[in-house]
Amino acid sequence: MNESIQTFLQLMLSGMSIGGVYAMVALGFVLIYKATGVFNFAQGELMMVGAYFSFYLITQYHLHFFQAFLLALIISAFLGIVVEFLILKPMVGEPIFSVVMITVGLAVMLKGTVSLVWGHDVHQFPSPFISSPLSLGGVTIFRSSFWTIVATFALVVIFILFFRVSKVGIAMRAVANDQRAAQIIGISIRKIFSISWAIAAVVATIGGFFFVNIFFVTPDISYIGMKAFPAAVLGGMDSVPGAIIGGLIIGIIENLAGGYLDKLLGGGIKEISSFVVLILILMIKPYGLFGKEEITRV
Amino acid sequence: MLKITNIEIVYNDVILAVRGISLEVPQGGIVALLGSNGAGKSTTLKAISGVLDSEEGEIVDGKIEFKGVLLNRKNSKEIVRLGIIQVPEGRRIFDELTVDENLWVGAYHRLDSKKVKEDYQRVMDYFPILRERHGQLAGYLSGGEQQMLVIGRGIMGKPELLMLDEPSLGLAPLIVEEIFQIIQKVNHEERTSILLVEQNANIALQIASYGYIMENGKVVLDGPSQKLAANEDVKEFYLGLTDVGSRKSYRDVKHYKRRKRWLS
Repeated sequence: MNESIQTFLQLMLSGMSIGGVYAMVALGFVLIYKATGVFNFAQGELMMVGAYFSFYLITQYHLHFFQAFLLALIISAFLGIVVEFLILKPMVGEPIFSVVMITVGLAVMLKGTVSLVWGHDVHQFPSPFISSPLSLGGVTIFRSSFWTIVATFALVVIFILFFRVSKVGIAMRAVANDQRAAQIIGISIRKIFSISWAIAAVVATIGGFFFVNIFFVTPDISYIGMKAFPAAVLGGMDSVPGAIIGGLIIGIIENLAGGYLDKLLGGGIKEISSFVVLILILMIKPYGLFGKEEITRV
Repeated sequence: MLKITNIEIVYNDVILAVRGISLEVPQGGIVALLGSNGAGKSTTLKAISGVLDSEEGEIVDGKIEFKGVLLNRKNSKEIVRLGIIQVPEGRRIFDELTVDENLWVGAYHRLDSKKVKEDYQRVMDYFPILRERHGQLAGYLSGGEQQMLVIGRGIMGKPELLMLDEPSLGLAPLIVEEIFQIIQKVNHEERTSILLVEQNANIALQIASYGYIMENGKVVLDGPSQKLAANEDVKEFYLGLTDVGSRKSYRDVKHYKRRKRWLS
């Protein structure tokens, strides 16, 4: 009995740590969607690129991991701004669908470029965290997983404060709410768009950094983007706390399904469980847990 | 202060919405721009605010000058920085933001945070109801309160020229009265010049010192408010009165229909 509870908690905790990574990538989805109305399919690729930045800054330039991390954040913010400027600015006024298709193209491009420049090899990330696991009342957890969870919760607090208190955060919400009214009171929509891309790239990089600590460095880690997609939908596409909670829930469900159902039904349940959840949510609650229901009056 | 000379505005390269209008707002004055739907009033305001491009509109001719600075090619951000703030039509508050956030975001372009706080208090003094509602989501305010909030948001931007687009739209007469009193007070106390776009000619001419009447993209009549209000045609078409000030009988309408002679 006691042992089964322990297994359960163990699965929960490791689910939370991978869920934290989903949450950070999902947060990027939500930020861009909220501000610009575009669903960015390249979010997982941005995460992968961010992870590569930190990896190469550490291994090639022998930077301290903390410096490398900060530098990677700055570079990825810059990357976000450049992407917005080069690819999305010319698309202003075009149908949203075309812009979304462009982000699909961007995803392919980013992944291709990374494979071209840094190769396909799978690398071990020089993790800054001590490899001995942490023991929390009978349940053990890797230090890197533990810090992923901590970082996720820290990001929630930071972003809630950012959107409630800071001038730019409030302006971003105003733009998301009513673009034309925001423009008329002197908010530069262009600037808000680039800021949201920059922030989305930064959170993706944070997610990437933590993910390669519990996994490996390879261009294929961009598939996390596809896992973060159900997370963002579950939370409601336009809710910041929703993205975080959605990410955690998806991570936990995936891990529980993997831990309990895989044994009974054979492998693979873990991989599809999040998408089963996605389909169920879309049927029952199309706007997600915290999403704004758009009420159209007729 | 604001001087518009012969501007022409074209939408989608073909639709001529404003056909060469000129108008002037003096320092510290209240000027009314009247006219029915589709006359080009809002388009003129959008041209001044520099937000035409998002609707595929363009100023093809003429000049808009504010304190001697040409505004034709400036974007909305630069124009707001110069001190021209528009209170858009239809109570475009940010309904997902709280009342306070709506007001703070109105001061987005300002860097003098201390003054912003003073202005916030001033707005709350003008509209005490907003103080009661300050933490609520703006979407839950009543129509009148929302109109007060957009005007408050405009004041937070520290305007030298405040342009109000139909503040009376869809509001009860009593609330309209209250809002116009406050507009007058703002004009008086802060020396803010006001350009008032209205369909409700009656109340607009009461507080304005000068009025322009637009129709089909042109200014067809202009003059000091009293003179306009006394004009037979204005009375007939915009104030809904006959010469004796009584209600009109159906028989008169049938017998002789007054025409807008300036159109032909």
